[in-house]
Amino acid sequence: MIHSLLARYHQGSHTIDYPREPAPEMDARYQGRPIIDQKRCQGQECTICLDCCPGAALKREPTGLLCIDMGRCLFCGACVRQCPRHALSFSRDFRLATGRRDQLIVNGVEPPTDVRLDQLRRKLFHRSLKLRQVSAGGCNACEADTNVLGTIVYDLGRFGIGFVASPRHADGILVTGPVSINMKEALLATYKAVPEPKVVIATGACAISGGLFRGHPETLAGLDEILPVDLYVPGCPPHPMTILEGLLQLVGIAPRDLSKE
Amino acid sequence: MIEGAVTIRNKEFFPLQDIPCLPLHKFQVALSAGLAAGLFLAALPKLYGRKEKKEVIAVLRHDQRRRLYLLRTEIPSRWPSLAREFPQIAPFERELAEESGCVLQDHPQPAPLRYLPQTGTAADEAGRYIGSQSFLQAEGEEMHEVAVGPVHAGIIEPGHFRFLCHGETVFHLEIALGFQHRGIEAALRNRIPDQRMLMLMETLAGDTTIGHSLAHCQALEALAGITVPERAMDIRAIALELERIANHVGDLGAMAMDVGYAPTASFCGRLRGAFLNITAMLCGNRYGRGIVLPGGVGHDLDEDRIGTMVDQVKKHFIDVTEAATLLWNTPSVMARFEETGRLSRKQAKDLGLVGPAARACGREIDNRVDFPTGSYRHHRLPVSVWFTGDVHGRAFVRWLEIKRSVAFVLARLQDLPGREEQTSLGRLPADQCIVSLVEGWRGSICHVAVTGPEGEIRTYKVVDPSVHNWPGLALAVRGESIMDFPICNKSFNLSYCGHDL
Ligand code: SF4
Ligand code: SF4
Repeated sequence: MIHSLLARYHQGSHTIDYPREPAPEMDARYQGRPIIDQKRCQGQECTICLDCCPGAALKREPTGLLCIDMGRCLFCGACVRQCPRHALSFSRDFRLATGRRDQLIVNGVEPPTDVRLDQLRRKLFHRSLKLRQVSAGGCNACEADTNVLGTIVYDLGRFGIGFVASPRHADGILVTGPVSINMKEALLATYKAVPEPKVVIATGACAISGGLFRGHPETLAGLDEILPVDLYVPGCPPHPMTILEGLLQLVGIAPRDLSKE
Repeated sequence: MIEGAVTIRNKEFFPLQDIPCLPLHKFQVALSAGLAAGLFLAALPKLYGRKEKKEVIAVLRHDQRRRLYLLRTEIPSRWPSLAREFPQIAPFERELAEESGCVLQDHPQPAPLRYLPQTGTAADEAGRYIGSQSFLQAEGEEMHEVAVGPVHAGIIEPGHFRFLCHGETVFHLEIALGFQHRGIEAALRNRIPDQRMLMLMETLAGDTTIGHSLAHCQALEALAGITVPERAMDIRAIALELERIANHVGDLGAMAMDVGYAPTASFCGRLRGAFLNITAMLCGNRYGRGIVLPGGVGHDLDEDRIGTMVDQVKKHFIDVTEAATLLWNTPSVMARFEETGRLSRKQAKDLGLVGPAARACGREIDNRVDFPTGSYRHHRLPVSVWFTGDVHGRAFVRWLEIKRSVAFVLARLQDLPGREEQTSLGRLPADQCIVSLVEGWRGSICHVAVTGPEGEIRTYKVVDPSVHNWPGLALAVRGESIMDFPICNKSFNLSYCGHDL
């Protein structure tokens, strides 16, 4: 007993004070919100980055602007490495989650947008949001980084957010994976078992768009093919901070201060 | 040594046409002889891209001789199962049956492994679906079944467990998987290796990103005949050991959690993340995406980064030591760990278990020593074995491995040779077959690649250690109280996505 108390003392406290304090700094090699320097991009005739992208996340708009779909991006950095004019880079901004699919398609200059639930659900879930996690295909890294939110570092419970064992106890589902055909039925049954009103969260490129597995006959191309999604958390996998920040936006804790951007 | 077999080493390719195609009878006799002599089945891949014939290759592993044996035959419409005599072959035969459509004769558990034959998906028109196979049944007073999943209680992947219980005692457990099946192997076929293929490897199992990408890159490099600079090999080995440390630390925490011992559970939960963050210092990604590339590594390390990494590893290792020591010194934890979920050495051998699960039963097998590649050829790690075969054994082997991996990582970090240079792959030779083995944190990872006439990948077979070890879990809970299932399960901590592909 005394040993475990001493150990407890020695291990110290590690819970981050986010959002009261800024989040701990990301490593310099971390790839967050993409930045595209349109002035450097050679425009229409160049397709180097488009060709090397494994997720088909880059597109050129009719206007000639290059844009990136964060819902498909695997944050692999191939485009950054291949662009001869260094037009693409990744910032260390981890605030990537949005409430609308189209807001994930950026041309690399916009700041993050607002995430809003309707008033009823925001009021209901502001102080208590219980989620059932469903894993449907994917590689388990998204689940692992969601699980991390339960450790003492992030301590999700202090925001009233938590994961529960049964959909009947839940206010919503958090889904990872592209939705494998083999899991579709179980996912829909879980969704149905959650009482109304409920929220649906798509975590990771897989759940948003099918990600790397987009187009495989064994999977769907993301969750919004079958369910209405309230929050998209991009990344492959998203950093735990990205998921945490997204969840806080969803329930209206510490909204993003967009005036400063 | 085995009649009709071709002998190769790890990462040595061999022309496909020179592997003799044996008649089924001879193939099975040779395979049985090999297994009876103590060899292991590492993979049983069906060959794709040959319309005329359906063929299969058996890859056998001889750990002491450090050799691999390849046997080849044509797949018949009815496959006489060898699984009753050699249980380790059971999952491979099920895989073969669903991929080739052959019927298994006299197989103890002929259910599909990942999907239904021919449909490629969960259900067919007849209304059969994954997990709906007929499970073993028994009748009598106090006999009952417990069905769990596919959606489980925690944040965990899907699978269906069917327990056949007598009161609280588990008589039998059947595990139905395949829910995570997302068609990775099919997506690899008939393609020239590229960034997308590498990423499919990195996402075979998110927690084994480095293990699988390393097995893949090793295979491609050997095929292309390029050598990787020593510095890159060391960085890869550092990454692989960091992956092992992070996962083992997480597992010790998860096991503590399942016996209700909060201190170690909470310390290790944090420390696992701390080691993932050290991996992120290598490449920006906590799981090691983008470290291992064909021909080298994605990022080099400068003195500053090396210094920080060394400090971090040392600092967190002190905390891990404390957290782990608490486990061994707490009688209430040991009372739950010891004698629970016990497997004998013979059972481990018969089932073909790999990794810490096998080493906890006294099996001295470790690809880093038996089939060393890269840095492991010059820097030997001792094989961590224990003899109890129970939950405690599996926990303790993890702790031994953490210690040894930390020492290895520190030594390699402080002695990185030369400069990093990236070599490019070039075209792969036509119609060759290669086997690549890596010791991932769960155990032996085996990739088999066969190229086509243009140097494209024709067949790619991935064997995650979980394929070998899931039957081990099913056997370990036999005779245990059903309440001990979670702790047994955590002590194996197997991958669903790595199994389902
Ligand atoms: S980082 Fe994203 S946009 Fe760039 S190549 Fe990779 S997947 Fe495509
Ligand atoms: S989004 Fe990426 S990390 Fe998440 S499950 Fe899919 S492949 Fe894995």
